[in-house]
Amino acid sequence: MSNELFEKAADAICDADVERAEELAQIALDEGIAPLEMIEKGYTAGINEVGRLFDRGELFLPQLMGCAEAMKSATAILKEAAAEQGSESEESIKVVLGTVQGDVHDIGKGIVASILEANGIEVHDLGTDVAVEDFIETAKEVDADIIGTSALLTTTMGVSEELLKTLDEEDLRGEFKVMVGGGPVTKRWADKIGADGYAENANEAVSKIKELVD
Amino acid sequence: MIIIGELINTSRDGLESAVKGRDVELIQDLAKKQEEAGADYIDVNCGTLLKEEPEALEWLVNIVQEVVDVPLCVDTPNTKALKRGLAAHEGRALVNSITAEEERFAETLEIIKEHDARVVALVMDDDGMPKGAEDRIKVGSKLIEDLTTSGIAEEDIFVDPIIQPIGTDQEVGQHILDAVEEIKKDYEEVHITCGLSNISHGLPERQLLNRTFLILAMSRGLDSAIIDPLDPKIMALLTAADTLLGNDQYCANYIQTVKSKE
Repeated sequence: MSNELFEKAADAICDADVERAEELAQIALDEGIAPLEMIEKGYTAGINEVGRLFDRGELFLPQLMGCAEAMKSATAILKEAAAEQGSESEESIKVVLGTVQGDVHDIGKGIVASILEANGIEVHDLGTDVAVEDFIETAKEVDADIIGTSALLTTTMGVSEELLKTLDEEDLRGEFKVMVGGGPVTKRWADKIGADGYAENANEAVSKIKELVD
Repeated sequence: MIIIGELINTSRDGLESAVKGRDVELIQDLAKKQEEAGADYIDVNCGTLLKEEPEALEWLVNIVQEVVDVPLCVDTPNTKALKRGLAAHEGRALVNSITAEEERFAETLEIIKEHDARVVALVMDDDGMPKGAEDRIKVGSKLIEDLTTSGIAEEDIFVDPIIQPIGTDQEVGQHILDAVEEIKKDYEEVHITCGLSNISHGLPERQLLNRTFLILAMSRGLDSAIIDPLDPKIMALLTAADTLLGNDQYCANYIQTVKSKE
């Protein structure tokens, strides 16, 4: 019975069906299925499949975002229930995210935040025009695993390099992995400045983050 | 329609190495082809070269102007590069771009005045990218007012309403179209331009969305576009749309274009 429910939950995510995903979360609770098990075996299986389909070019960006929406709504219900029951969820990966100082582009970074959250990653989104010190301050505060920067201008890309230097100077380079992304940013440039990772799109960011933290 | 040919841009495949290697022939060929295809401006952008951008931009302006008669669109947010590019340019260039971000506005304005350039005005300010139609109209109007007060003629301003992906916000197309219409209504002499490819980000068959959006925007007052003039489909649509919108007396341009292809 619960296997069938897990499958339905995964399908609801793949179909980006927010209502159905929420409804199934409620059914799982009514049937006494452990909320965290429902997330893991149902919804997470779904969002993983979504990631695979996106990689293969079978799903497109708006669909990916719709699936993420369904994922977030359904898992919010289950996580709340799990907290009430006192069951601990596994410590999630923490990412501090922002668009660098001097740059106010927010769309791409917003997509990344949304897709990371849907994949169970805890995101601290600092918004746009974020100073190097603010990235570092927040990363220390929340004990982040990863700092992710976005830059959409060739004139602001250099800020990520500054971030790496500052981390070095403050002896914090070993504490946080740094990932970079954004329109003009390339894998080659990321390697050149010594960043730990680069992702071309939100979906790639998920796997890269998991790989880095593993 | 004022067509800005977008092909000389180092973010396109193969162009960065061409500019780094100072491949005169390849760049000049691209410039000539775009002029022949009907470009009114040839855009030059080498932003991906970062620190080497100012020198490379100067080089691009020089070698492109050797072979075309149309002016260039000097495309960079880097004021150092902009200065070098404009200093090398003969005639009136178009600068892409100024924004309403306080610092960038002041610095860029000074440079365009010094070189008597025309300017693309991006509707963003220190609060960030525009959110809806209202935001676009507000920032666009402010830019036009501030530029004209500083002595820039309305007809030398090209407002860019900033195209964002329809894939991440399904209402953004409508917002842009409303803003185009409203700005054009309030400031008749101002031009409205935009790059189109952002609209289709993350979606299949991107050219179909780009072309369709161009036509929709033209019907609301867009009178310039940053496009690939070597794409015969988009150029044919443009000519036809211009005629249908009443911008082609006796349909002369349309007829001539069709005949020249026979």
